[in-house]
Amino acid sequence: MSDELDGELELTAPLVPLFVIAQGRALPRESEYEHTTIITAQDGAVAAARTLAPEARTVMDLIADGFLSVAEVAAHTRLPLGIVRILLAQMAEDGLIHVRNPVPHAERHDPVLLTAVLDGLMRIRTGA
Amino acid sequence: MYLDPDVSRSVKILVVGHFAVGKTTYIGSVSEIEPLQTEEEITEASEGLDDLSETPDKTTTTVAMDFGRLTLGEDLVLYIFGTPGQERFKQMWEGLSRGALGALVLADPERLEETFPILDLVEAFGLPYVIGVNTFEGKHEFPLDEVCEALNISEETPVIHCDVRDQDSSMQALITLVKHLLSSLG
Repeated sequence: MSDELDGELELTAPLVPLFVIAQGRALPRESEYEHTTIITAQDGAVAAARTLAPEARTVMDLIADGFLSVAEVAAHTRLPLGIVRILLAQMAEDGLIHVRNPVPHAERHDPVLLTAVLDGLMRIRTGA
Repeated sequence: MYLDPDVSRSVKILVVGHFAVGKTTYIGSVSEIEPLQTEEEITEASEGLDDLSETPDKTTTTVAMDFGRLTLGEDLVLYIFGTPGQERFKQMWEGLSRGALGALVLADPERLEETFPILDLVEAFGLPYVIGVNTFEGKHEFPLDEVCEALNISEETPVIHCDVRDQDSSMQALITLVKHLLSSLG
């Protein structure tokens, strides 16, 4: 039976299955660690991260030097977004990262915010 | 590569349109960083495969999504996500549309019929939008009123020409969108 199956096996996934990297943890809630959530490492967190999974250390090394969005962390580490979100949730629980949530859904109609966006765009366009 | 440490507010705008309409080029024209890509897993119902009775009714697919970044002020950053417009990627829209300021719908004047499903999606997710009609080199510019009529969109929705390879034209499309958002606040 197992011989038959072996013949059909194909490598269609990374060598380390994603659920191993995630250590079986579930995805955080959709409103947490969104694409545009901004994160950075807490002071001293890089040393504390030595015991983490290699993928978590890769994330930690990246955010040790500055602030990035969750989407940028996924892109630079080439890890699937879902995995990055799970790793970040764990790292936040361990007090290793600092999290700045995106502007809340309810505030997208805020005229002050939209005016700031418009001013920023106009400044870029005129090269000022 | 890193954000200014003072950046504390992040917002997003979606750039949507059918396959090969120019989303990736557009992001490259406006982004301050080299455009990046995320790999996202979505679950899709494998409809139309009913004849294969053994096939589970859901499969997991990986979708690559391009995005770019614009720092708009000391504490404010805008992310632009190029969102695939196929109905089967609806699941991705749920996460991305939450909190999004609005959408720029890119349309190819020669394939306007492919923009209908995109408009259905932005409307289903309640995203305010403007339409950027891509202008291609060597092709005459389509009269915008004809595009409006063909797409059957309301008069309040701005429709503009947009050369996705040109930074100035692409920035103008974003500006038109944000002005539209402000004016619809009433």
